[in-house]
Amino acid sequence: MPRVFAALVAALILLTPLAALAQDAARILGDNRALVERASRTTIGPVIDALAASGDPVVAEVLAAWADKGLGVRKADGAFFLIAPTAAGWDLRGLDGRAAGPTAKADITDLKPNAGVRALIQSALVRFQLTDPDSARRIAALDAIARDGAPEHLAPLRGAIADEPDPVIAARKARLERLLTLRFDPDTATRAAAIAAFGGDTGLDLRAALNPLVATRRVALPKGADVAGNLARDLRPGRDLTEVEAYDLLVSAGLAPARLDAAGLKAALAAHIVDGAVGGVPLAALSDPRERERAYTALETAGTVPTAATDAEVTAAVAAHRFVELYAEPDPAVTSAAAAALDRIALTVGAMQAADLALDALSLASIYFLAAIGLAITFGVMGVINMAHGEFIMMGAYTGYVVQLFVPDYTLSILIALPLAFAVTFGAGVAMERLVIRHLYKRPLETLLATFGISIALQQLAKTIFGTQARPLTAPAWLDGAWVLNDVVSISYIRIAIFVLALIFLAFFLWLMNRTKLGLQVRAVTQNPAMAGSMGINPDRINMLTFGLGSGIAGIAGVAIGLFAQVTSEIGQAYIVQSFMTVVVGGVGNIWGTLAGAVMIGGLQKGIEFLNPSNTLAAQTYMILFIILFIQFRPRGIIALRGRAAGD
Amino acid sequence: MTRAFLMRNPSVLWFLLALSLFTLAVTLLSEAGMGVLSTSFVKTLGKTLCLCLVALAMDLIWGYAGILSLGHMAFFALGGYLIGMWLMYARTEEIVVAALSSGPLPATPDEIRQGIATQIFGVVGASDMPAIWAQAHSLPAQLALVLIVPGALAGIFGWLAFRSRVTGVYLSILTQAMTLALALYLFQNDSGLRGNNGLSGLQNIPGLDGVPQETVSLWFFWASALALGLAYVVLSHVVSGKFGSVIRAIRDDEARVRFLGYSVEGYKLFVFTLTAMIAAVAGALYYPQAGIINPAELAPIASIYLAVWVAIGGRGRLYGAVIGAAFVSLLSSWFTGGRAPSVNLGFYTVNWVDWWLVLLGLSFVLVTLYAPKGLSGLIDAAQGLRVPDRKGAALGPDDGALMEQEGRE
Repeated sequence: MPRVFAALVAALILLTPLAALAQDAARILGDNRALVERASRTTIGPVIDALAASGDPVVAEVLAAWADKGLGVRKADGAFFLIAPTAAGWDLRGLDGRAAGPTAKADITDLKPNAGVRALIQSALVRFQLTDPDSARRIAALDAIARDGAPEHLAPLRGAIADEPDPVIAARKARLERLLTLRFDPDTATRAAAIAAFGGDTGLDLRAALNPLVATRRVALPKGADVAGNLARDLRPGRDLTEVEAYDLLVSAGLAPARLDAAGLKAALAAHIVDGAVGGVPLAALSDPRERERAYTALETAGTVPTAATDAEVTAAVAAHRFVELYAEPDPAVTSAAAAALDRIALTVGAMQAADLALDALSLASIYFLAAIGLAITFGVMGVINMAHGEFIMMGAYTGYVVQLFVPDYTLSILIALPLAFAVTFGAGVAMERLVIRHLYKRPLETLLATFGISIALQQLAKTIFGTQARPLTAPAWLDGAWVLNDVVSISYIRIAIFVLALIFLAFFLWLMNRTKLGLQVRAVTQNPAMAGSMGINPDRINMLTFGLGSGIAGIAGVAIGLFAQVTSEIGQAYIVQSFMTVVVGGVGNIWGTLAGAVMIGGLQKGIEFLNPSNTLAAQTYMILFIILFIQFRPRGIIALRGRAAGD
Repeated sequence: MTRAFLMRNPSVLWFLLALSLFTLAVTLLSEAGMGVLSTSFVKTLGKTLCLCLVALAMDLIWGYAGILSLGHMAFFALGGYLIGMWLMYARTEEIVVAALSSGPLPATPDEIRQGIATQIFGVVGASDMPAIWAQAHSLPAQLALVLIVPGALAGIFGWLAFRSRVTGVYLSILTQAMTLALALYLFQNDSGLRGNNGLSGLQNIPGLDGVPQETVSLWFFWASALALGLAYVVLSHVVSGKFGSVIRAIRDDEARVRFLGYSVEGYKLFVFTLTAMIAAVAGALYYPQAGIINPAELAPIASIYLAVWVAIGGRGRLYGAVIGAAFVSLLSSWFTGGRAPSVNLGFYTVNWVDWWLVLLGLSFVLVTLYAPKGLSGLIDAAQGLRVPDRKGAALGPDDGALMEQEGRE
C-alpha cells in the first residue's frame, strides 16, 4: 500500500509541471480564440509564435493536429480539444492527450485553417521536428526542407544545430543551414560569404541552390537609358542573339510594331481581294513575293491594313536599342559570388566527367577486347578470317540462357555457363575447322565467304530455335548496382566484372602463347608449317586446337556480353565489325596490338559520343571513318610485326 | 586482233539473244499483252535484271580484278537514293502545287518549296529542305549525280585504300566498314534523307499519272534489259582486251604486274570506280520498281549476298554473274515469299520461310568448297571443256587468284 501511494505521489510530481505547461498551450489558444477560429495568414503569426515559444511539450502535437484539421472548439465552453471524426460525431481528447469521450457533431466547431495558415503552422512545426528525439523524424524533416526550403526554415534550423547529438545529422543540418543562408538570408554579405564557404564543393544540392541565383532574363531598352536591375551582360544583336530574336524582344516589350510574316501577309492580301486584284495588283502576279509587298504597301497607304515593319525598319529598330541580360537576383555581390562558385563547380565537374568518361571508355574497351580476343587468335595468329565469329559469341550467349532455364540460381548458372559455353563453341569451332576451313587455307577470300555462309545459316537457326525476341540472361544479384564514387563518377559492377574478365583473358593468352608447349607449337606452325611439321609437330592438330580455342573464347565472351546486352540472334552481328576493326587497327598477330586497338576504339567511340551525346549512330559513323583514315597512316595497325613474323 | 570482237566472245551473242528473247517473251506475256504475268511479277523480273547488272559489276571487281568489295550494294543503294530524291521531290511538288492552287492567292516559289519540305520531312520532324536536296528539282542534275556521287565516293575511298596497299581481306573488311558507316549515317533522322523511313512512293513516276502501272513496269523492264545488255557488251569488250589481261594479272600476281611497270593502283582505282558507277545505275533502275528505299538496303549483309550470287553463278566470267544473280534472287524470293511448299518430315515440318537462309548458307559453303566454278561449271561441262591439271594449284600466288578449276573462260 505505501508503495502504491509512493507511486501515485511520484506520478503526481511528474505530471504537475506537465499539467501546468499544458495549460500554457490551452491558455494561449483560449486567449486568442477569436483569432484562432478565424485564422488568416496575416494575423495568426503571433499566436503561432507564442505557442511555439511556450515550451509546452504538447505544442508539437497540437500544432500538427491543427494543421491536419484535427483541432476543435467546444461550442459550450470554448475549450480546445484534439478531435477525431467518428461515425456519430467527434471523439475528443484534451490538449494534454487525455481522452475526453465522444460527443455529438454539432457540439464542436472544427478548425479548418487555410493553406496560408497551414504553411505558417508547418514552419513552426519544423523546429519541433528538427529537435525531435527520434532521429528518423529529424532526418525526415531535413529531407523535407532540402526538397522544398523556405526562408522561415532558416531560424529553426539554426536553433537546432547546437543541440544535435548525432554528428552525421549535425553535419547535414549545418550544410542545409548554409544552403538556406545563401538563398534566403536577408543580409547579402552573409549570403556571399555562405557561397564562398562552399569552395570546390560539387554537390547537386549546392548546384540546385546556386543555379536560380544566376538565372537571367533578356530585356530590351532604348539606347542611353539606365539599366534598372542587376546587369549580367550586354547582348550584341548578330552575335549573342539573332536579329529576329532581338526584334521579338522589342515587340513583346511594346517598343516596336509586329513584323509582318509571310502567313500574315498572305492572310491580309487574301482578305482584300477586290475584282481579281489586291491594291491594284492583279491576282495572277501575286506569285511573285515582290508583287505581294507592293500590293500590301498599296493597302497600307489606302489605310485598309495596319502598318507593319519592313526589313529596313526592323534593322533600324534593333540598332536603336540596347539588349541586356538581367539577373533575377537583384544583388550584384550575391550573383557574382554565385557565378564564381558555379565556374569552380563546372571545372571540378568537368574533371570528374572526364574521369567518368575514361571509366566508360575503359569498360567499352574491355568489351571490345573480350569480343575481339578470340578473333585475335583465329585471324591474328592463324590468318583465318572467320565471319561466323559473331555467331560463336551468339552461341555462347544462348548457352548461358539455356543453362539459366535449367539452373535457377544465377550465380551457379553463370559458373556452369562459362565452361559450358567454352565447350560448345570449342566443339563448333573444331567442327568448322575440320569441315570447311581446313580446305581453304591460303584462300582467305573464299574462307571469308564460306564462313559467312555458315554465319547466316547459324543466325537463321538461332532465330528458328529461340525466336526473334530478346532472351534474358540475368546477372547474379551481387553484380547488380554500381560502384558510386560521387554524383558524377560511377560504374556498374557488371562492367567491372567484364573488365576483370578481360584482364584474366589477357593474362591467359600471354601465358598460353609464351609459357606452354601448345603456345610454342602454335607459334611454330604459324610461322612455318612445313618446318614445324618436320620437327614432329602435327600442324593439322595444332590448327584445329588453335581455332577451337579462339572460338571457345568467343563463347565465353558471349556469356559476358549477354549479361548486359539483349540476347538475340543478331547479338554477334553487333560486335563483328568492331571486333575486326579492333584486330586490324591494333595490328594483326599481336595481343598487345589487340589491346591497344580495343582501347583506341572504345575511347574514340565514347569520346565522340561525349561530343555529340544525342546521337550514338553518328558516333559509330565517325569512328569508322576515322579508322579508315587511320589505316592510311598505319596500314599494319598500331603494333606492326616486323621481319619474318610479319609473314611477307 | 584479227578476229572480230563477237567471234572472240561468242558468249556475248548468245547472251544478247537470250536477253532479247526473254524481254520479248515477258512483254508478250505481261498484262499489256496476253496478261499471263502479273504487273508485280514483271516488276520482280525487272528488279532481277537490275540485280544481274550489279552482279556484273561485282564480277568485274571480284572475279576479274580479285578485289572482294563488300561495299557495292552501298553504291547500288546510293544510286537508288539519288534518283529517289528527284522522284519524291517532283511527285510531292505536283501534290503541293495542286493543294496550294485552291488558295485565294497564287503560291510563291518559296511557299511551294516550303510545302514540299514540310511534306517530305515532316515525318522526321523537320521542315527545312536539306542542302543535299538542292538539285532534287532537276531530273538531269539528279541523273548526273547518280553517276557522280557514287563515283566520287568510290574514287576517294579507293584512292585512300589502294595507295596504302590495303589488299585482300583487309580491303574487304574496310569496304564493309565503309558500308556500315554509310548505313549508320543514313539511319540518323538528321542525315537529310528521312532516316530509317527512307524514301517511299518511288513507283509513282511524276508526270506519268495517266499511264497505268503495268505500262510503267514494262518500260522499266525494257530499260533494265537495255542497261544489262549494254553493260554486258561493254564489259565483255573491256575484259577481252589488254585492259582485261592486266586486271586479271593483278588478281593472280599483283607484285609481278607492278614490276612489269603497270600502275596497279591506277587500274584498281579505275575498276573500283567504274563498277561503283555501274552499281549506282543499277540501283537507280531498281528502286523506282521497288517503290521504297531505306537504310536497311545498305546493310553490309546485302553486299555479301551480292558476292554470294556471283560466287554461286561462277566468278571470273560475265555470264556466270548474271546467272547467279538471277537464279539465287529469284529462288530466294520464291522461298521467302511463302510460295515454296513446306516439307513434312513426320516429326518436323520444314517451313521454307525459316529454313531458306540455312539452305542458302550451307549451299554457299558447299559451292565454295566443291564447285568453285559455280553454276557456270554446268555450261563448261555441256561444252565438254576440261581444265589442264595443275595439281590443285591456284593461277597465281595472290589471295584473289583463281583456283585452277575457275581458270577457264
